[in-house]
Amino acid sequence: MHKIIIESLSLQYSDGTESLRDVSFGIHQNAVTVLFGPAGGGKSTLLRCLNRLNDLAEVKASSGRILIDGENILDPKIDVIALRRKVGMVFARPVPLPMSIRDNVTYGLELAGEKRRAKLDEAVERSLTLAAIWDEVKDRLDTLAVALSGGQQQRVCLARVLALQPEIILLDEPTSGLDPISTGKVEAALQELKKEYTVVLVPHSVQQAGRTADHAAFFLQGELVEYGEGKSLFTAPKQKKTEDYVTGRFG
Amino acid sequence: MRREYLAPTQITDIMKRPFTPNRRLIERIGFAGLTTTALVTTLPIVGTIVYILIQGAPAISLEFLTSFPRDGMRAGGILPAIIGTLYLALGVSIFAVPLGIAAAIYLAEYASDTPLTRTIRIAIINLAGIPSVVYGLFGLGLFVLFLNFGTSILAASLTLSIMTLPVIISTAEEALRTVPQSFRTVSASLGATRWQTIRRIVLKEALPGILTGVILGLERAVGETAPILFTGAAFFLPRLPNSPFDATMALPYHLFVISTQVPNMPVQIQYGVALTLLAFVLTMNLVATVIRSRARAKRQW
Repeated sequence: MHKIIIESLSLQYSDGTESLRDVSFGIHQNAVTVLFGPAGGGKSTLLRCLNRLNDLAEVKASSGRILIDGENILDPKIDVIALRRKVGMVFARPVPLPMSIRDNVTYGLELAGEKRRAKLDEAVERSLTLAAIWDEVKDRLDTLAVALSGGQQQRVCLARVLALQPEIILLDEPTSGLDPISTGKVEAALQELKKEYTVVLVPHSVQQAGRTADHAAFFLQGELVEYGEGKSLFTAPKQKKTEDYVTGRFG
Repeated sequence: MRREYLAPTQITDIMKRPFTPNRRLIERIGFAGLTTTALVTTLPIVGTIVYILIQGAPAISLEFLTSFPRDGMRAGGILPAIIGTLYLALGVSIFAVPLGIAAAIYLAEYASDTPLTRTIRIAIINLAGIPSVVYGLFGLGLFVLFLNFGTSILAASLTLSIMTLPVIISTAEEALRTVPQSFRTVSASLGATRWQTIRRIVLKEALPGILTGVILGLERAVGETAPILFTGAAFFLPRLPNSPFDATMALPYHLFVISTQVPNMPVQIQYGVALTLLAFVLTMNLVATVIRSRARAKRQW
């Protein structure tokens, strides 16, 4: 079942850098959908459209629709704050907020008005466990989150998103700065997460795309070249360009 | 535009050139010259402070700081001037600090680059360049006469506030801008409104920088004579002011008065007042420096 439907989405930034041209496809619920391709292809831009984070950027023109549960989230009238609670995002570089691990995880909930200590504590343990970092930090929840290693920070950032109990999780090259062991932990966490959430991932390599994808979309210079099931797309791509990229002939 | 680059072989040629004693000597002389210039610039400051300290220290006593002037200000203490300066600083804190920080938040966090905000910025820069005596005259016209506050602490603090605003606004704006953009993006992605992000993250991180600006602004206000000359400063008052509509004595104006208007003034008292004023300003400076360096040591980004 499609959780997100993207209909002829086009977008251009004011400085003319990355853009999207007439992109249409559907993103399945409870699956990992991977958006991959060389840099400048529009993957991150698309990701940032899904939670309207592009509102913060200088966008020159955009058109098309994005339906999440049937509602067009590009409609200027929708509640963007509610959307961002429902669609969480993990960034390429872990950015722990300048506060303790616990406060990082409860930040979003407190913004939403949750004050009950028991609820917050429960959310801290649940989301840190889901992000596979609870055992490493449970004894020092009140230390500053920046004191953790990069891999730990990134999992705390994931937990911070999970604490809001979103329905969709966007990850923009979440493992680009991590060592293979940390990367493995994050990838394993994703496989757990997709049981409950819809996961959209921009991987940091084709290999990671191949390892994690249930569905995959190949982007080249703002256009969706090919979209399909992960296995078939990586083993038997239909488009010549996809095959060239997957086999490493360019990129 | 084309730039000329050295070919790699040319660079290695230059690197292979022997570092002769002659070139070493030139370098030494160069460094020595720069060091001397740097030291020379601190001389006037250190000289002034030391001189005032030596001349003024004998005048300082508990009585000097806590009693009223006597004998046409030629003896006794300077309590009313100290209290008056504190009142003026308080007044500036009440008017200029909230307004300045609010303006800085608007400029740094909300305003986009439009003709309006450009005008505001230019206005602030120009405000900072206006001579202080002009502020004094403006304060006389607006607060003392037009708004009928009279020569009063209120009129003087408002005048000083206008003069201080640009300092507070520009340092606070700078402090807000140094908070990394990524914090704002992350906060927004977690469902924060702009104001929630500002209140919970940006202001907290920028606070030391903002405080520094506030203190620097207050420091300037405390030391100024011209703006209070027409708006609130009294030549001599036999009692402490007891309402914002009273005129007040103030340290910088008192120093001006006893240095130029009172015949047969003991020099010691003049230096005593100068030292007290200097102590005010230097203490504030010290506090600002401590806040800044502590925050820098604690900062994690």
